[in-house]
Amino acid sequence: MTIHESSEVNHPLNVIVATDCGSTTTKAILIEKVGDEYRQTYRGEAPTTVEAPFEDVTRGVLNAIAEIEELSGRKILDGDKIITPCLNDKTGVDIYISTSSAGGGLQMMVTGVVQNMTGESAQRAALGAGAIVIDVLAANDGRLPHEKIERIRSMRPDMILMAGGTDGGAVNHVVEMAEYVAAAEPRPRFGVTYKLPLIYAGNKEAQPQVRRILEEKSALVVTENIRPVLERENLAPARNKIHDLFLEHVMQQAPGYKKLMEMAGAPIMPTPAAVGLIMEAIAKREHLSLIGVDIGGATTDVFSVFDGVFNRTVSANLGMSYSVSNVLAEAGLANIMRWVPFTIDEQTLRNRIKNKMIRPTTIPQTLDELQIEQAIAREALRLALIHHKALATGLKGVQQERTISDVFAQQASGQSLIDMLKLDLIVGSGGILSHAPRRIQSMLMMVDAYEPMGCTRLSVDSIFMMPHLGVLSTINEKAATDVFVRDCMVYLGTCVAPIGQGKDGELCADYRMTMPDGRTIDGQLKFGELKLFPLEAEQKATIKIQPPKGVSMGAGSGVAVTKEVHGGVVGLLLDGRGRPLKLPAEQQARVASLTKWFDAVGLYPTP
Amino acid sequence: MAHSYTPGLTVTEQTVIHRRRMLPLPGKVLVLVGDRVQSDQVVARAELPGKVFPINLANQLSVTPGEMKGYLTKREGDAVAKDEILAENNPLIKWFKTEIRSPVSGRIESISSVTGQVLLREPPRLLELSAYVDGTITETIPQQGVVVQTTCSLVQGIFGIGGETSGDIVIAVTAPDEPLMPNHLTPAMKGKVVVGGSFLSAETMKQAKAVGVAGLVVGGIHDEDLRALLGYDLGVAITGTEQVGFTLILTEGFGTIPMAAKTFKLLSSHVGRKASISGATQIRAGVIRPEIIIPQLEGQARTAIQSQREGISLGDPVRIIRDPMFGRIGEVSALPPELTKIPTESEVRVLEVRFADGKTVVIPRTNIEVIEGA
Repeated sequence: MTIHESSEVNHPLNVIVATDCGSTTTKAILIEKVGDEYRQTYRGEAPTTVEAPFEDVTRGVLNAIAEIEELSGRKILDGDKIITPCLNDKTGVDIYISTSSAGGGLQMMVTGVVQNMTGESAQRAALGAGAIVIDVLAANDGRLPHEKIERIRSMRPDMILMAGGTDGGAVNHVVEMAEYVAAAEPRPRFGVTYKLPLIYAGNKEAQPQVRRILEEKSALVVTENIRPVLERENLAPARNKIHDLFLEHVMQQAPGYKKLMEMAGAPIMPTPAAVGLIMEAIAKREHLSLIGVDIGGATTDVFSVFDGVFNRTVSANLGMSYSVSNVLAEAGLANIMRWVPFTIDEQTLRNRIKNKMIRPTTIPQTLDELQIEQAIAREALRLALIHHKALATGLKGVQQERTISDVFAQQASGQSLIDMLKLDLIVGSGGILSHAPRRIQSMLMMVDAYEPMGCTRLSVDSIFMMPHLGVLSTINEKAATDVFVRDCMVYLGTCVAPIGQGKDGELCADYRMTMPDGRTIDGQLKFGELKLFPLEAEQKATIKIQPPKGVSMGAGSGVAVTKEVHGGVVGLLLDGRGRPLKLPAEQQARVASLTKWFDAVGLYPTP
Repeated sequence: MAHSYTPGLTVTEQTVIHRRRMLPLPGKVLVLVGDRVQSDQVVARAELPGKVFPINLANQLSVTPGEMKGYLTKREGDAVAKDEILAENNPLIKWFKTEIRSPVSGRIESISSVTGQVLLREPPRLLELSAYVDGTITETIPQQGVVVQTTCSLVQGIFGIGGETSGDIVIAVTAPDEPLMPNHLTPAMKGKVVVGGSFLSAETMKQAKAVGVAGLVVGGIHDEDLRALLGYDLGVAITGTEQVGFTLILTEGFGTIPMAAKTFKLLSSHVGRKASISGATQIRAGVIRPEIIIPQLEGQARTAIQSQREGISLGDPVRIIRDPMFGRIGEVSALPPELTKIPTESEVRVLEVRFADGKTVVIPRTNIEVIEGA
């Protein structure tokens, strides 16, 4: 069974309960058919219980569903069982479905022959399937053979994906890697007695040798080559195999998952795979280039669709609770402090961040704590996008035909696909973005972290339900789409940001906005300024921006651009802070600038 | 709405714990169900396969992998000593002779005629697993490990570093809010588990290392001092393998925070008793908290009542685990069911905590933890 097949459901689906078992909390939502359309009606959450003293993920699921019961008045649980299908208006649900990233998610190790060719393809296949890649081994990764073997021995992945070689190419290196893996005798993370699942998706000529070497030592599955020829990737078969093995092997080992799988009416999906489905669907439906981000407690996932090519990366140690201390370690204190609109001594801040790490379920109670947390989020988002840009590239090692016109602008193969000027939409998800007390806070966090250029629309997952809808879309497309459009996606508005830099107060752009009621607003955007204009969600305005010489809206220096822009719950944000965004280095000036910007858009309540 | 609360840390005078002691790979279990074991007793043993050394003999001999067989002096499975000849050629002129010697002692694991690779494996290393706590074996899992049961006093910490160790308990301070200073540590504390109060400075840690204490248990430390001790900034809280000279357990968190009175009192009542401690902390993928286990002396053990907490109720003792009142301890005085707006403008579930002085505060439910084992 693959995850993409629809599950057989024989009764009508009118009431659906879905959960996402995250690393910190298990979130449940109730979806009901109201008239002709599906709506999300209630939600509940409870701490995830993969850990001691419970060590059974279903406890958290039942607790979260019990909250929905209390709020909705519907009886869903009968002891430890979910009542399916619906018995009457107030009893039972028609199906229960779930995604999961608890217990550290799906951790994989991948191997290839050449690091930036088959190694990267294998990495993309694993990431696209919702995995965290803990290491990429390749024949040319610079490590000595015994170092590679030691590395495989010391890691305890849930699964290994082996790729390498084009079909019909040399088998040597692939077989060599198989020998290393066999010699290392890798052991799975959970369970001492079961064999580690291993997928071989390399040169098909090497299949017999790989089988001979690895069949005895692992639960080997052989599938099509992910890079049959240099010019083409074929990731789907390997991704499907990853999903199958995730359900058959890995899930069976995690505490309580066997029970969870029995409770669920459809295969359980890794959370990022479900979110990926949703992101791909939005891009396809609206013909957009987009960047999506799901910032969680342990990891930050970034998705992108540019020119129809879908990519996903996961920054395994960038997150807002378990991994919060690692954001500090990777970004550095100065980078976090630059977003905090007050001064705080280093020791206090460090202790606070560590206390969040050891007590990950706590929430900010005071305004300054919220501001610090949102400062950290900006850095986590920024770093995760840098990781993503490095992997979301064209295929490397592909021959390019050049003409005389390329003499002055030769590009190597494997350029990043992420082009901020082509970007139409940013979609944010995850606790810190979905649950920000004011929507403008989510918008500005993403604008500050991603520095969108030109005109870019932003949106946010209303209460964090994209994973639920992703898995729902595999069994009922209409229900997923209905809820997504009406209850999930909250359009924040559009950010208009000219590219270039100037001194505070200098002209950044002249603008003329024609509002939906026909009114026109003329004005000047100065450098160092943020301006917010209300424009409602369903509305559109036309904006003409005339940048001065040296400043661009994407069409060239000083060239005017006219665009139709969408509104949202926040509105239209004119960002005159320049691109790339630079903050004053001196502390007092920085605090003054932040305070000015935050006040201009009403970011926080004023005392 | 009784479900959204954080399970707290256990601090209890008497409980029965089971510690699963598992080998990382199949081996031999050395004890039987019902055996009494000591903390340092070996209960299971395994042979860790030796390190692997690959050598590409075909390359070194300048022959194809297919031809390599004719040059080998050893076969798969043969034992080899360090510097013993693995393969050689027999040229007409002796000068051109190539001999390839083994870089290690061990065994030939495999010879590949596809890649020309020969894998040598060093002899296995013995891996011994100790009981960790004094107790009784209640279960053996063939080839994998055992379960040790003990009736004990148990204190769970919030964060720790360093592995398993044991030692007698010494109280170095007079009150739970007194910081542990270098002059509190005397040579007599070598090999002991030293309990401090609210804070541990970098100088005290240095002194602890010099004295050679087995473990330190305190309320809090500064993150900066932790970084200095480890030599790096700890990004993700997965610890237990650090080698800093002692095992460190924090009962409260980062900063200067008085040790909870209950914890201090419990530890104080066991001065001179042997404790098994572990600093291993893992806050992701299956929480592991550091722990101090003080097994009951034989004959003293009474039947312990194990209760499973299902929610939070009025009167429960709680600790506030987030600023601005981080570390304060009180009891639940009200549990309003409705969502309440807090200063960040978030609407969350809250509860009211009453402190010993009678003052009350409203705190988000996720920002408290129940003091378990009360």
